[in-house]
Amino acid sequence: MSEEGSSKGRISIILFVIILVALGLSLVAFYQAVIVYGSGDPSLGTWFLLIGFMGIALLTYMLLQTRRRTFKLPIQAQRVATTILCQKCGFKNIRDFERGDYVFKDVTEECPKCNEKMAIASIYREAEKKGKKD
Amino acid sequence: MIPMVSQLGGEGPIAWILQIAWIVMIVATFIYGQRIQMMLMLRDVESSLFRLKLMRNKGRKTAISTIKEVGKPEEDPTDRVDRFLEYIAIGPVALDPAGIIWRLEHVLDVREVRFKESVKAMVPKADKTQINNMENMLEAALALNIIYKVIRHFYVLGKKTKSLYIIMQLQMLLPLIMREAEAFSNALRAFTQGQPIGDGIGALVAAKLMRGHRKKKVAKDTLMAKVPIEGRTAYVIKATGPGGNVGKPGEAIKQIIKENKGKITTAILIDAGLKLEGEKAGEVAEGVGVAIGGPGVEKYKVEESALKYKIPVNAVIIKEDIGDAVSVMRKEIFEAADAAIERIKRLLLERTKKGDSVIIAGIGNTIGIGQ
Repeated sequence: MSEEGSSKGRISIILFVIILVALGLSLVAFYQAVIVYGSGDPSLGTWFLLIGFMGIALLTYMLLQTRRRTFKLPIQAQRVATTILCQKCGFKNIRDFERGDYVFKDVTEECPKCNEKMAIASIYREAEKKGKKD
Repeated sequence: MIPMVSQLGGEGPIAWILQIAWIVMIVATFIYGQRIQMMLMLRDVESSLFRLKLMRNKGRKTAISTIKEVGKPEEDPTDRVDRFLEYIAIGPVALDPAGIIWRLEHVLDVREVRFKESVKAMVPKADKTQINNMENMLEAALALNIIYKVIRHFYVLGKKTKSLYIIMQLQMLLPLIMREAEAFSNALRAFTQGQPIGDGIGALVAAKLMRGHRKKKVAKDTLMAKVPIEGRTAYVIKATGPGGNVGKPGEAIKQIIKENKGKITTAILIDAGLKLEGEKAGEVAEGVGVAIGGPGVEKYKVEESALKYKIPVNAVIIKEDIGDAVSVMRKEIFEAADAAIERIKRLLLERTKKGDSVIIAGIGNTIGIGQ
């Protein structure tokens, strides 16, 4: 299985240059806004502020995008529950799934209420709490 | 706005800097607009490709570690696993479509036998259930490897040819491809542990119906039980569990129809079906037609037999998305089995008479589901 890399550094040089230029222009615009406000031209100063904020917003967005892509890779472990049911009295025991469990498997443990044989009635994944799914 | 901005700052050096910056930006957008767009798209594809690579590597590692843990092989299975992940199956020629189903079935049978033999060689001490689960796990890892390699192919091709259209198509399809890859990645855990998956809901319904009745093998990896339901005789079919296995439901239905000389009033097939966005997972829908997915061989067999004897075929579908279908069964889907059984009973009461013979087939992978 050949391994051709696509996992190198997350920020490319071009992106880094764009971010630097945007940062430089934004700082220049802020500096100019301060000067223009001082000279008594508020409408022109507002334009400079707007340009400055646009630049900052752009580079923040780019940086956030890069960071989000770098770290967003969790494959979450899901809790899987096994329900063991007494066929006679309906006593239920819910525990974590163990390797070897399967639906309708007769288990060795007996019902604590009526000492009857028990079987696995269900195995399912617990609902995700984030509410991402429908 | 451009002239307004170009006049900003009056006559000073900062005004010059801003004006030059604007001109450079406009010229760069005109000349390199497409390039910039492609660069952004490539970056998007690259980050997805990186995630795919991690998933693929995780799949491979999981496969190797599970084989070592379960099978306790004497030799290192890494080479065998790597060979397995590169396995290809070539479909039959479609220029002359007559008989293509049987040729496709032959290729699939050979592939399955070969897969099972490879897994047996990797885990010689494992039992049949474990072998089936390992095979399913390796198939999920193989799917991840193929997805990664195909996306990498188009990414490199797009980069080499500097074709915006290759990159654009790839970037547009990636959200769907990533969903599928994530589903397979989650499936790995289910397969290594032998947990029931969403696709097995049809098998679960059949298992619930046939529980406590005598079962017999009716086709390869497929069981049948004769169950009295609402005064009718139901031939309930499912793949042999609890190992990961889909059986040959089409072949089984064909055999039962043949044994009964076509005297089957109706056939009901229960399967998981892909839900549309906005629909609830675990919703039960019914209709007509053969509810069997996959390459179409089993579906063809049922359609052919049903047509020959004019048997109406009904479908009961439990809705779920691709992620649910191959990952551990969700509670809502598990609970839908009882609703599906109620639907089946209602269908029998409405469409058949007492004393009739019917076929009820639970379709899907029976991993983690006994009978």
